[in-house]
Amino acid sequence: MQQEASLRGRFGPYGGRYAPETLMHPLEELEAAYLAASSDPSFQQELDVLLRHYAGRPTPLYLARRLSEHCGGARIYLKREDLLHTGAHKINNCLGQGLLARRMGKRRLIAETGAGQHGVATATVAALLGFQCVIYMGEVDMARQRLNVFRMRLLGAEVVPVSAGSRTLKEAISEAMRDWVTNLEDTYYLLGSALGPHPYPLMVRDFQKVIGQETRQQIVEAEGRLPDLLIACVGGGSNAIGLFYEFVKDEQVAMVGVEAGGRGLALGEHAARFQGGSPGVLHGTYTYILQDEMGQISTTHSVSAGLDYAAVGPEHAMLFESKRAEYTYCSDADALAACRTLSQLEGIIPALESAHAVAEVLRRAPPAVGQVFVVNLSGRGDKDMEILERELKL
Amino acid sequence: MATRICQRWEQLQNRGDKAFIGFVMAGDPDISKSTEVVLALAEAGVDIIELGIPFSEPIADGPVIQRAGERALKNGAYLPAILEMVRQIRHASQVPLLLFSYLNPILRYGLERFAADAVSSGADGALITDLSVEEAALYVAEMQRKGLDTVFLAAPTSTEERLKRVAELSTGFVYAISRAGVTGVREQLSESVTPLLRRLRIYTSLPIAVGFGISRPEHLAELAPLAEGVVVGSALVRCIEEHPENPAQQVAELARWLCKGFKMNPQ
Repeated sequence: MQQEASLRGRFGPYGGRYAPETLMHPLEELEAAYLAASSDPSFQQELDVLLRHYAGRPTPLYLARRLSEHCGGARIYLKREDLLHTGAHKINNCLGQGLLARRMGKRRLIAETGAGQHGVATATVAALLGFQCVIYMGEVDMARQRLNVFRMRLLGAEVVPVSAGSRTLKEAISEAMRDWVTNLEDTYYLLGSALGPHPYPLMVRDFQKVIGQETRQQIVEAEGRLPDLLIACVGGGSNAIGLFYEFVKDEQVAMVGVEAGGRGLALGEHAARFQGGSPGVLHGTYTYILQDEMGQISTTHSVSAGLDYAAVGPEHAMLFESKRAEYTYCSDADALAACRTLSQLEGIIPALESAHAVAEVLRRAPPAVGQVFVVNLSGRGDKDMEILERELKL
Repeated sequence: MATRICQRWEQLQNRGDKAFIGFVMAGDPDISKSTEVVLALAEAGVDIIELGIPFSEPIADGPVIQRAGERALKNGAYLPAILEMVRQIRHASQVPLLLFSYLNPILRYGLERFAADAVSSGADGALITDLSVEEAALYVAEMQRKGLDTVFLAAPTSTEERLKRVAELSTGFVYAISRAGVTGVREQLSESVTPLLRRLRIYTSLPIAVGFGISRPEHLAELAPLAEGVVVGSALVRCIEEHPENPAQQVAELARWLCKGFKMNPQ
């Protein structure tokens, strides 16, 4: 399970630890603390209790009958991470890392956030466990996810606007890293996706793999067999790797990650790293990134703030190159339409991030008669009401 | 053959003097003014010049150097233009030049091609902020093949094991970070630098330069008995920012002022 750790967090050629020297030993300490915690039954037990009684695990695997009928092909199951406390899968990772931070004796949690879901989950865990909390958020994201900004403040966190560059997730991560390197003594950087320098991609994957583990049991109970296809949206890729990881060894289970196609495939108009990107180093990890010919990081666009980022988690880069998983993209317009479709067929309003996965289901399900699909409904759409109201003009 | 960096240390050592190392962002505010800045700093007696290669995500830099990078990128200061700038500087000066970069622009350019073009343009070595010693093998091999110096960072947070590796892979000198944090001007130097220097000397006989947060003559005076050199970055970059019309003259004056009392024979 931990074999990657001994290889300095490599997933094939991807991953690694590319950080300024000042952060290198703190990352080594974090790795050691995480490995010790993950083999300590009392840590796992405390996390399990919180996941069950505080976050609301296990989440249901719901057969979406009307959606399946509408498509006329595959039987479509939704893994209901949207039902978790705080409204998205992000809480799984935040509870795990929050307990780790407490174990390491830190007093202050910092985090970046795009859509605000990770920021809300971090602020929540900070309140629960008694940490001081600072969240970095791009000004563009603060405007488009206003409600989440207020939620974080209500939970007692300080939200710091980031005004550099494209003023979205990329700049928020840079600013959080600057805070961390300046306040190493008392501060724990609670990175929200399966990104960044080792051990973050490994650790975040491990805290999210419960999604796939539950799914395996639930689908076998419901269908008597494994699913034919798993579908998840991919920003940094934590919800996707959380679902996929448990099934990587089951060759008969196909996997599709859906990136943000934005407004089109010109550089700057999307966040589809596997379409328009190439290998490079951003924020401490070697992976597929969107960059120009001079190695400068490109700006990105997506209607969904949570997918609007120039790098993808390194484990996805490995799954992409080995062709174990397929990666595609979905436009802003298709995601908005899918959000409406799911809302009106099932009474479930997905987050715009998750709507990208739903859009791919709508494309693939019709011809897939007799097949079983599982889509990770990673978050709920409450935070997106203002964008939906503006875009859908109902 | 020893690089200009190594030759300069030798000269300094022979006359018992300290190195004043200046960091500026290449292409800030534009390539031509930036070339003038480098030449003026060399003229003012700056011993080694660190030439920053701007990057869109400068995670180790404070706001002053972040803004300098933005200005430089806006004016097209990408790696090929910067190597050409080095070529131009070499027509007029033999000041030791250390390229200071984040990894991705170098990776994209190609490690082998970077080493080849850096040496042919007249650069003397490089420091890559986010390239840790663990990941540096290929880079070090390419640089060494071309006779270029590879300077690595040592931090107050570095363990003994890490300092040992930093010392092994560094040539030219070792850059000791004065305290945890990003680049930027500070009133007081942290006390963390003295123990770091003591630990680092166990592993290296290379000269050690101290950087991060050094902006005042008192800082230099404080460090003079401790280290072979000091690096001043944000203070010079801020001076360039404040004088966009004639940055070369202003920054040279600042360098002369800072050198006073630190170097034996300030020019």
